Amino acid sequence: MTYTKRADNRKFDEPRKMEAKVGVIDRADGSAMFKIGDTIAVAAVYGPKELYPRFLQDSEKGKLKCTYDMLSFSVPERKRPGPNRRSVEISLVTEKALLPSLDLKNYANTVINVFIEIIQANAGTRCAGICAASLALADAGLPMRGLVSAISVGKVGDQVVVDLNKEEEDYEGGSTDIPIAILLPDEKITLLQLDGNIKKEEFLKAMEYGKKTCSEIYKVQVKALKDKYKK
Amino acid sequence: MKKELRSYIASLLEKDERMDGRKLDEFRKPVKVELNISKNAEGSAKVTMGKTEVIVGVKIDVGEPFPDSPDRGVLITGAELLPMSSPDFESGPPDAQTTELARIVDRGIRESNFIDTKQLCIKKGEKVWMVFIDIYSINDGGNLIDAAALGAVAALKNARFPEYDEKTGKAKYGYFTNKKLPLGKDLPLTCTVFKISSKLLVDVNNEEESVIDSRLTVTTDGKNINAIQKSSDCELSIDDVDKMIDLSFKKYKELEAVLK
Repeated sequence: MTYTKRADNRKFDEPRKMEAKVGVIDRADGSAMFKIGDTIAVAAVYGPKELYPRFLQDSEKGKLKCTYDMLSFSVPERKRPGPNRRSVEISLVTEKALLPSLDLKNYANTVINVFIEIIQANAGTRCAGICAASLALADAGLPMRGLVSAISVGKVGDQVVVDLNKEEEDYEGGSTDIPIAILLPDEKITLLQLDGNIKKEEFLKAMEYGKKTCSEIYKVQVKALKDKYKK
Repeated sequence: MKKELRSYIASLLEKDERMDGRKLDEFRKPVKVELNISKNAEGSAKVTMGKTEVIVGVKIDVGEPFPDSPDRGVLITGAELLPMSSPDFESGPPDAQTTELARIVDRGIRESNFIDTKQLCIKKGEKVWMVFIDIYSINDGGNLIDAAALGAVAALKNARFPEYDEKTGKAKYGYFTNKKLPLGKDLPLTCTVFKISSKLLVDVNNEEESVIDSRLTVTTDGKNINAIQKSSDCELSIDDVDKMIDLSFKKYKELEAVLK
């Protein structure tokens, strides 16, 4: 099915409007909000603190524990409060997406907790969560190789696009969703998932779009970090 | 540490002073309510009281009535004290503190008959509207209960019904009408009064909350008392309770003005 024009008039390689803010939760050691279109994610970091029970500790380096969840009313049909299979998996891949950005060798036997909540959802929530979480980790003052920027790319109908919204995810002509995260400025891929049906050439084109968009997100993130210290 | 903090706070209170310069019966300013903070909710509100921040959302769905009230809609209030909002909160199923908070908010709204649940009946004994109030703490800066209760009333006032699909007998998720919930004119508003040694105060911050002796949460509709919850370990005299209820009534107009 040909997909010639995006519902919200964006160009195929154009992400939705982004906004980021650092330091949004006073009690946390680090926190941030990341908004893309109608999707809003908030992340908070607590730690490093000693990890219990003790047998979970790593005497070589600190551990990262991420918890992703959505507020019950962030989606059209009420989500039952508490974790489910989806949120457990997303928590896990989020952890793996953020780990390469951190240098935890000086934090042996400790854990850093990252909590991500989706306040309002319109597709791309795990990527928004990762963007917010990376900012929150930086805000917590942890040593980092860079920031992690994440975006969902894919295919709607026969068209390769960046930053699918909910309508595009549910497109009746079929859609492919590829959430990716890139550690910048190193340009290393730290998250890659794919659901759908796509040719390799299309996939590579989507990745190209994703790379370009992640560097735009990175700029928004860096600006948000700097803005915190402007006041 | 805590002993020293307590004697510091108590010595200030003796002089009718507080560590942040407020009067004993003064809320942190401004008490702020922001509406429509989450588009997919039927109603939503964010309440800020000093550093405390709470988000409340209302979802409305079609379901079955309870057998003992076949012609009345259903109200369900839940809360999650997010680990994101305080180093003291942990992930997992709701603990006693969380459950108590949700139940206090629920009772104030329920017992004041703020929602006319009879008007939520679609077909007696079979189909009614269900109203879910979900409370999330974003930053715990003290006095979460009052912020949550205020947010719940704000979110209910803000809510509109989803569309109803006559054919399937279900709500059409993501489609809203302009129809508001059937709510009473008198708002059920909650003010918790705290006691530290012999002094009574409202809207405690984290430091004050960590050293309180007693706590009485009172929900009124401005005229009548709709719910009371006594909490924390120390006892209260009837004279204390009398004064605490008076203080809660005294704050009603101020809280009401925030929602106007």
